Parts: sequence; structure tokens; C-alpha cells
Amino acid sequence: MPGLEDLYREIILDHYRNPRNRGELDAPPALRVEGFNPLCGDEVVVYLDVADDGSVNDIKISGQGCSISQSSASMMSSAVKGKSAEEARALIRAFKAMMSIHEQRLDGSEEEDPIQAEPDVKLGDLEALQGVVKFPVRIKCATLSWNTLAQGLDEAAADAPTA
Amino acid sequence: MSGSLDVARIKKDFPILDRVTHDHRLVYLDSANSSQKPRAVIEAMEHFTEHSYANIHRAVYEIAEEATAAYEGGREAMRRFINAPSSREVIFTKNATEAINLVAYSWARHNLGEGDAILLTEMEHHANFVPWLVLREEKGVELRFIGLTEGGQLDLTDLDRLIDGVSLVAVAGISNVLGTINPVRQLADAAHDAGALLLVDGAQYTPHMATDVQALGCDFYAWTGHKMLGPSGIGGLWAREELLDAMPAFLTGGEMIRDVRLDGWTPNELPWKFEAGTPPIVEAVGLRAAVEYLEGLGMDAVREHDVELTGYALRTLTERHGDKITIHGPSEPAARGGVISFVYENVHPHDLSQVLDQSGVCVRAGHHCAKPLMRRLGVGATARASVYVYNDEADVDALNESLDEADRLFAI
Ligand SMILES: Cc1ncc(COP(=O)(O)O)c(C=O)c1O
Repeated sequence: MPGLEDLYREIILDHYRNPRNRGELDAPPALRVEGFNPLCGDEVVVYLDVADDGSVNDIKISGQGCSISQSSASMMSSAVKGKSAEEARALIRAFKAMMSIHEQRLDGSEEEDPIQAEPDVKLGDLEALQGVVKFPVRIKCATLSWNTLAQGLDEAAADAPTA
Repeated sequence: MSGSLDVARIKKDFPILDRVTHDHRLVYLDSANSSQKPRAVIEAMEHFTEHSYANIHRAVYEIAEEATAAYEGGREAMRRFINAPSSREVIFTKNATEAINLVAYSWARHNLGEGDAILLTEMEHHANFVPWLVLREEKGVELRFIGLTEGGQLDLTDLDRLIDGVSLVAVAGISNVLGTINPVRQLADAAHDAGALLLVDGAQYTPHMATDVQALGCDFYAWTGHKMLGPSGIGGLWAREELLDAMPAFLTGGEMIRDVRLDGWTPNELPWKFEAGTPPIVEAVGLRAAVEYLEGLGMDAVREHDVELTGYALRTLTERHGDKITIHGPSEPAARGGVISFVYENVHPHDLSQVLDQSGVCVRAGHHCAKPLMRRLGVGATARASVYVYNDEADVDALNESLDEADRLFAI
């Protein structure tokens, strides 16, 4: 039986109490993307300053929610800041792979393109969130900011000047 | 235990309370969400299913007669429980949500349009919000809202102006978030003076208060079975017969029909006119057992127990957790039902509920299907503990202890 120590690792609580990259960017020029978890009311706002080549110059997070959604957003912001679009997308894939099996099982949908693990990507601190998988209802809290980031990167790519 | 109910004995009537969760006894404090079921309800449904189950109103063989009588027996029990004048006025639906939708789709769509207005309150459950928002979109009906005081009561200072010219007032008997008991009779009189009808969302009211729809003075009354010790899948609407008679059918098909011809159809008489398709038959049997169980306890004693236990909870939560806890809603136990919504310093409600679960304590966390109210309170979510006939002071103590644990875990 999973215990609370599987869920509330010290590093998660640290990011919850001291969230990194908390704040806003002027949008525009920055992109502002909102994510909601309608079930529990968690909300995350991701501000992205994306360079013409798609790399994440700056990222800020605002919103409110539980320790899992807010710490996941904080760790995500640290992990993707300064990364190229490709690196950021690889991180998203790797994080979702860590979470995805159960997320798919939860909503019963079979993804056509099952998410592959990314053997070359180092998740680092983010691995602390692995314990969330044992608490299926909380997986959506952990993935909220990542889905929001993915949406932002897609929007940035669509807006980007074609080279 | 001193008090109005013999809770130690009552607890024995609820088989689920024997179970162990995360190595702890089950401390169920989420009855405002859905209540647990006494053995009498479980056994009534089982016995009926094993001995008399058949579809109703359709066949002449013996068990079909028995099934029809059992289903209608559920209706009669519910009529008595809410003191409706006639069982023709007691319509079964699947829950309170469907009952309110029945009024929105049948009565309101038939009678209201542009230039008409409906008065709601800021504390309504989504079930008494969304059907009216949809109506506004489709029919251009104006919606007005009664605001709240700081103490979590309806702010009626502006009632005369707000109610002027409206056709319907729709209000929760008891708020599922704040616990506030609303002044239904006063609103009924004000509505009628303004030429409007009053709909009461009784989902939280009927499980906890002796309900008399005639004394309340309302015109529509919605209730739901699963919060009053009955099974899920059954609820209902009461309305005065002349209103129901004038309303068009809502859902259509079998059962609600008297005659079907190639060139048209005639609806069945009340109450079946509003019961399309095979209804919740087994659930009606369970509902009757739930009503009889509550009648056995006595609704005045149930209410007294709510006040005592809510008072104990408000007092101990405040004493023990001081400034760390913010409790929403009226501070007087006599002004509220058995619902306590709160926010704990530095611990988000979801995390709180997760930590409490490890001690077997079940509370709900979230927006409680009342997002406009959450915005009004300026919070994204609250934790909510709610008590019922099978809860006692030891359950509240368990809540208090697990709150200490959450506090320790999340302490900065
Ligand atoms: C005040 C109130 N109204 C309506 C409802 C809806 O009840 P149901 O889900 O049974 O339709 C609820 C319960 O969730 C409630 O608390």
C-alpha cells in the first residue's frame, strides 16, 4: 500500500513552498496559456517567451492548486528554461511517459501513438514525482502544467516566422 | 453518548462502517456528497430483487403486480416524507439535477422568453445554475442573483428590487458548501407577492430537516435519494398538480404515454406523464426503506443531532487549529446544516483530503460544484466535512487529529 512518503517527497514540498519562476510576463509579446483541471479546480497559467528558433528564453508560472500541480509546474519551469524547443518537447514526452500508463488507463482511452520512454532524457528532480503514479487521481494534477506547456509550444511554433 | 440519537446503535446499522481503510476504521465525513446506506435499505432492495422483481405497470402476472405496488409504495413514502398533498404530484427522476432540468425544459421553456427574468442566488449548486444559464442562452431570459453577506447568508437587503418582475425564484434549501439554511418561507412569500413561482433545490435539505413542502410554500421542490440514506439513481420533483398538468412532457417514450397514433400522441396522467421509460424500480423500494429508517429516528432528532455535532465540530476545530483554519459559512450551528467547509493554512484542500484519507477520514476537496460561490469566497477549492446520523464526536476527533498530521507534514 503506497504511503504519503511516496507522494510528498521533500523536494516536492520544497517546490510547493518555494515555487521557482513564479510570476507573469507581459503578454504579448510573451505567450499566455491556461490549463484547468475541471475536476478539482486546479489552474495553471504558463507564460512563455519563445525565441524565433523556438527555444524557451523565459518562462513564468502563475495559478493555484495543490502541492502536486504547483510543484510539478515549478520543476517543469526550471527544467525547460533555456532549453531548445526540441529539448523541451523531449522532456514533456519523458515526463508523460513516466505518468502516462496510468493516465491512459484512467480515462480508458487507448492512445493511437503510445508514448515511448525517452532513454536519453534525464528527468533529474522531476523523478520525485514518480510516486504520484501510485495515486491515480493525482496524475492529472501532475500533468496539468506539462499539457499546458505543450499547448504553448504548439502555439509558438504555429506563430513562428517561417524560416 | 448523551444526545438526541443513539449513534452507537445507528453505526451498527451501516455495514460499510465496519470496513477498514488504510489500516484505520472508516470515518465517513462526506454525506453531503452522498450518504451511506443502512442494512434496512440494502436488504429491502435485495429482498425485492430476489422475490418480486418485474417491470411495472405493464403485465398482469403476480410478481408484476407486486413490483408495481412496491414502486408506488416508494412514491407514497416519499409523499408522506415531504408532506405533499397528493402522490400524483410526486414525480420520480434519477436525481435532483434531472428534477431541476425537468422544470427548466418543461415549465420554463414553455412559459418564459425574452423580457422574462429568473432570480437565483450566488450559492447555488451547478445543478441549479447550469440549466438556467442554458435557458438564458437559448431563450434570452434574464438571470439575476441574490448576493451573500460576509457571514454566508443570503443578502436580502435588495430583495424587493431584485425580485420585481421575475417569473421564477430558484434557491437551495441548504447550501452544500456553506451549510446555510435559507429562509425559504420568506422567499416563497416574496416570490408570490411578485407574481413569481419558487423552486427549492432540496438536495441537502430533505436529508436533514423535516420537510413540509406545503409549509415551505414553494411551487417546485427537487430532492435526491442518495443523500438521504437511499440508493443512487432515484430522486424527484414535487410540484402542485395544476402546474404539472399545464406543463408539457419532458422526456418522452414509453410509460409516460397514454396513446400513440401515426398522427400523434397523448401523454399519460400524473405522475407518470413525467416518467418516461422503465423507472428506477429497485431504487424506489430502497428509497422507501430509507424514508422509514429516517422516520424511525425522527427528523426532529436528526436535526437536533446535526446541530449538536456541528456545534461540537465548529468549536473543536476552532479551539484546536486556531488561526490556521478558516471556516466558511454561518458561525451559529442553529443557522446551518451539517456541512463544514474550510481552508487550512499552507495545506491545499486536495493535499489535506489525501492526508486525511491515510487515517481513514473521508472528506471532499474541491469546488463542490459551486464555482460561482468559490469565486465569491475568493478560493479555488475548500475541504468539506459533513456529518449525518451515523457520525459522532469520535469521528470529529479523528478529523481533528488527522488535521494535526497534515499540518505537521506541510509545516514550513
Ligand atoms: C445543493 C445541491 N443541489 C443539487 C445537487 C445535485 O444532486 P444530484 O447529483 O443527486 O442530482 C447536490 C448534490 O450534489 C447539492 O448538494
